[in-house]
Amino acid sequence: MIRNLVATTIRQTRLKARQGLSFASGELKSHPQVLIALTAGLVLVSAYWGIEGKDAALPFSLLAVAFSLASGFLGLGADRHPRLLRHASFLLLGLSGIAGLLGGGTALIGRAAVDLSLPLGLPWLDWNLHIDALSGFFLCVISVVLLAVSVFGPHYVREYEHGTHPLSLLALATGLFIAGMQLVLLAADAFFFMIAWELMSVASYFLVAYTHEHAANRHAAFIYLLMAEIGALFIILAYGVLVGFGDGFTFAAMKQATLTPLWASVAFVLALIGFGMKAGIVPLHAWLPEAHPVAPSHISALMSGVMLKIAVYGFIRFTFDLLGDLLWQWGVVVLVLGAASAVLGVLYALMQHNLKRLLAYHSVENIGIIFMGLGLAILFYSDGHPTLGAIGLIAALCHTLNHAIFKSLLFLGAGVILQRSHESDIERMGGLIHRMPVTAVLFLIGCISISALPPFNGFVSEWLTYQAALQVSALDSGVLRSFVPVTAAMLALSGGLAAACFVKVFGVVFLGKPRSHHAQHTRRLESSAAIAGMGWLAGLCLLLGVLPTPLVRLLEGLTVQLTGSGLPETASRGWMWLAPVSADTASYAALGVMLAMGLAWMLSYEWLHPGHEHPEREAYPWDCGFGALTPRMEYTASAFAMPFRRIFADSFVVHEEIEKQSADADGLKVTGIRYRLHVSDLLWRWFYEPVERWLRWSVRHIGRLQTGNIRVYLGYSFFTLIFLLWVIS
Amino acid sequence: METLTSLYGQAVLLLAALVLFTSFVMLAQSRVTALVNLFALQGILLAATTALVAIVQNSPHLIISATLTLGLKGVLIPLLLHWLILRMGLHRTIDEVKRPLQLLLGAASLVVFSYYVTLPVVELSELETRNIIAASAATLLLGMLLMISHRQAISHVVGFMAMENALFFSAVVSTYGMPLVVELGVAFDVMVAAVIFGVFFFQIRESIDSLDVDRLSRLTEIEDNE
Amino acid sequence: MAWLLNLLQVILFVATAPLLAGWIKKLKCWSQNRMAPSVLQPYRDLFKLIRKETVVAEGASWIFHMAPYIIFSVAVLAAAIVPLVAVQLPTARLADVIVLVGFFALARFFQALAGLDIGTAFGGMGSSREMTVASLAEPAMLMAVFTLAVSMSTTNLSAAIATLLHEPLTIRPSFVFAGLGLALVAVAETGCIPVDNPATHLELTMIHEAMILEYSGHHLALIEWAAQIRMMIYAVLLANIFMPWGLADNFGLAALGWGMIAILVKLVGITVVLVLAEAVLAKMRLFRAQHFLGFAYLLALLGMLTHVILEVG
Repeated sequence: MIRNLVATTIRQTRLKARQGLSFASGELKSHPQVLIALTAGLVLVSAYWGIEGKDAALPFSLLAVAFSLASGFLGLGADRHPRLLRHASFLLLGLSGIAGLLGGGTALIGRAAVDLSLPLGLPWLDWNLHIDALSGFFLCVISVVLLAVSVFGPHYVREYEHGTHPLSLLALATGLFIAGMQLVLLAADAFFFMIAWELMSVASYFLVAYTHEHAANRHAAFIYLLMAEIGALFIILAYGVLVGFGDGFTFAAMKQATLTPLWASVAFVLALIGFGMKAGIVPLHAWLPEAHPVAPSHISALMSGVMLKIAVYGFIRFTFDLLGDLLWQWGVVVLVLGAASAVLGVLYALMQHNLKRLLAYHSVENIGIIFMGLGLAILFYSDGHPTLGAIGLIAALCHTLNHAIFKSLLFLGAGVILQRSHESDIERMGGLIHRMPVTAVLFLIGCISISALPPFNGFVSEWLTYQAALQVSALDSGVLRSFVPVTAAMLALSGGLAAACFVKVFGVVFLGKPRSHHAQHTRRLESSAAIAGMGWLAGLCLLLGVLPTPLVRLLEGLTVQLTGSGLPETASRGWMWLAPVSADTASYAALGVMLAMGLAWMLSYEWLHPGHEHPEREAYPWDCGFGALTPRMEYTASAFAMPFRRIFADSFVVHEEIEKQSADADGLKVTGIRYRLHVSDLLWRWFYEPVERWLRWSVRHIGRLQTGNIRVYLGYSFFTLIFLLWVIS
Repeated sequence: METLTSLYGQAVLLLAALVLFTSFVMLAQSRVTALVNLFALQGILLAATTALVAIVQNSPHLIISATLTLGLKGVLIPLLLHWLILRMGLHRTIDEVKRPLQLLLGAASLVVFSYYVTLPVVELSELETRNIIAASAATLLLGMLLMISHRQAISHVVGFMAMENALFFSAVVSTYGMPLVVELGVAFDVMVAAVIFGVFFFQIRESIDSLDVDRLSRLTEIEDNE
Repeated sequence: MAWLLNLLQVILFVATAPLLAGWIKKLKCWSQNRMAPSVLQPYRDLFKLIRKETVVAEGASWIFHMAPYIIFSVAVLAAAIVPLVAVQLPTARLADVIVLVGFFALARFFQALAGLDIGTAFGGMGSSREMTVASLAEPAMLMAVFTLAVSMSTTNLSAAIATLLHEPLTIRPSFVFAGLGLALVAVAETGCIPVDNPATHLELTMIHEAMILEYSGHHLALIEWAAQIRMMIYAVLLANIFMPWGLADNFGLAALGWGMIAILVKLVGITVVLVLAEAVLAKMRLFRAQHFLGFAYLLALLGMLTHVILEVG
């Protein structure tokens, strides 16, 4: 029985792999020119690599940008020829991913630092490009997800071919969005950085607003654009401070700027608000759970998996590279915001029923974990322990990559589920593991990774964050020494809640009995392309979870280039043991754990599974003697989350309504009960509504300036003129 | 600044930590009788701490203070309070704290705060017990918090006495005790305070039929027009 | 040699876990004035379950079938990194105490999924409650562990215990609090009164038992055995971290013999305290569990604070 089930799952997976392979080989056989082109490309690339060495990083990255742009503009013809989008556009995105991986990988491995200035833009300011290990790493993050999306996408967008929405817009906005993100990483002056940043924001606005026939979607897109632009304003101001103290718009000039601690703090706070708004840290996260769910799923994967990371990149670049001298107060602020985001993000996620909205809230949580790592890094750097700071920074970067991988995996999985079951509410799903077994396995890998369970990748980065937090005894201040472990405990709480949340998601979506007609009649078909796209990400989850040390060593090189110091001398640098401080302090051999687990599993299975003399028997589950279990008796997602809703009641605004219909006047004989539950974000009430009220109030008062009388306006101009003359003299 | 030098020193630290801990437990306690018992326990622990400090530092007058503390706060005042509780029929009264967990976590942050506040004092001090100053300051703040969070007048008295405990505690650990005359005076004051509180309780109950201090607001003379 | 000893220790750990369960049952019966079954009864139960026919509910997926094996193998693996008789064994370096917490979480994840697999209300109820209790217990457990880790400046269990073993007798107030906090977490995580009562016959009040209601035969045997191993791990953790005396730090026969005797005495002592606590306490409502675990967290936090304020200064 069990063998059958496992064998079926394995057989299906194998079948899919074989189908994919045979399809690929068939294509190759029928089109020999593809094979020739591939070989030629490979030869050219490796030859170029051989000649240029690490200087090849920038050309490859520019090639990636060019491919993304080409994909966007080629997609303009997709309205007439939908195949153009499916084949050419996504193919170019895939090429962009490969080129980005080559460029970013070269920069990261070779610790390249290449500059280029293009004579474009303003007459006195060229477009400055620069690639180093940091931007190379984030380029790799984009590319890894981009590869998965380019494989996953063609099949997924078929749904939109029959819709009313123009495919050309989808293709163009996607291409520009990705090119914008890649250019942000390459920018080396504030001006070009902002252009790329706006390209990314505006293009993604069109993607969020893509299915704009629902008012809710338009509303979400509007909030997204509004907050993105406010954030951009803050970033411009932050750069403005640096430009004011330095002598130019280029990053190199900003690094030379010497700031007083006060002005440095002003710049830091502006940057934290600006980049934090894009990254979605609490309390600036309101746009995130609105915008991410309404975009098409492969775009959600890009937005949640990658775009938030671009904001993290901006923050790291600004704080660690441009500002230079760090203050411990910043570390505390970032740590507190990170911990709050981690806990609140997961608490709100627990209350969601919409699958993609739930995942979006989890992005808030994971961004919180990343910022906790960054906060610890700032604390240690400012206290004069750069080697310990490197642990925090590496933990944050590691989690950046890991979150990009598993969050994209989950969003792509959610896309498949939504497309197949035609349901977005998880209360109406159930039993899908029988309908789409391979997707279930891949989605489960994503769930385990995001819940930070060994031996997958999410655990590694959380483990590193804990290790960074546990080095507090090195800090001088006793208050910080007692405060940091509390935030580490918050991380533990968020980890436990995340596990609960994903038990809920996987249990309610895939296990149990189907809860609706749609879920029951979900198509069994699982497309090979979708599975290949998700499989690539799931494989990376396992690979980075089992062999994290090579990645950590690469990231150590990055921190050396960025801040001048790597991990402590005593850290293990072998390929198997992960020991960031020293082997005596903490060690984790993920591969060993994995193998030991496998061994224990095999032995217990071999010895303890029932032999042929004691076969398993199927029987009807226990129903308390009432007969016929129906799906309505199953535990629902809200029932699962109910203890949390009650325990953490102070963190939500809960509207609970029970209406009873009764047959008689006394209301004793109840014929029907209607239960309504709405849980909303506390911060709307505490933060956004007051801000909105204040804005309305001030706008009303400022509006009084506008009298409509021409002489008053002339008076304004007159006084302004006099004021300016006074200022000049 | 490693102060874990001798086993005696460590025992003093442990006892001091336990005194702080009793303050925490008192904060979350909702039964009045148990609250008084905890207060007695705190007195006994405090006496033990003082006696240990006296032995380690070889200062005999602390022994007298310890005996006084034990007799007064460990036995006499708790007995008095128990008698009062029985007389007023309060032994089944629940003085529920609204959000015990939040209160306790807030109290924990008060500990960190008092550590931060006493840091300059600790750095000046040369005594072996200097690290405990922060704990004694925290005990003081927790006594105050106890009064804020509880409603029964009895709990308020216990909170007040706990604050007095904390003052004595900080005197012991920061200067090895006050002059004996002062200590005797304070002890006498506390005794008198306990008696006066007892009288006062009967008065309160006569006027508002309860010892719930929230109801004292009824005595306001400002007319409520709504 | 070390590897052989290591293997022996893991086998000893796994093999004696049911014995500990039998002993606890015996103590419990004595404390309640009942006739006690033999201490070997858990072995008989396991043997009986393994031989029995295994019934699987209709509509179960592979998660339901796989979960017992995953839970069991993870429990064995967790047992491999906890020092029972000797410290500095090779497998202890594979993973530190944070990974140990991760192992428990992994096993729980699959157990909760298996509870939801069939689609009955009890399974879901058990899963939901188990995840609630566990997610609240996790910060308390890690806080207690952090106190240990920060004072010993290592998260490696074996290394920390070895350091403790070699230093002269020291009283640490922080360890008293952290130990109490960890004990409360252990009570909550092993399904003891006052958080859970495995002996109840009413499904509505169950946590752990509700989740595994549909299991039978060898599946159930594996899950029960894993639960016994987990109980033993918590007991050994409490015994060896907070009372490390007697652990063998070399692989000589005498040292190992002393180690065996020491752990035996410590476990007997700990179980007596546990059973007495169970006997005098009543089971709490589910929504009191948060206060219980919050108190555990507070104890661990006080441990941390006393370490920072009193011990380091």
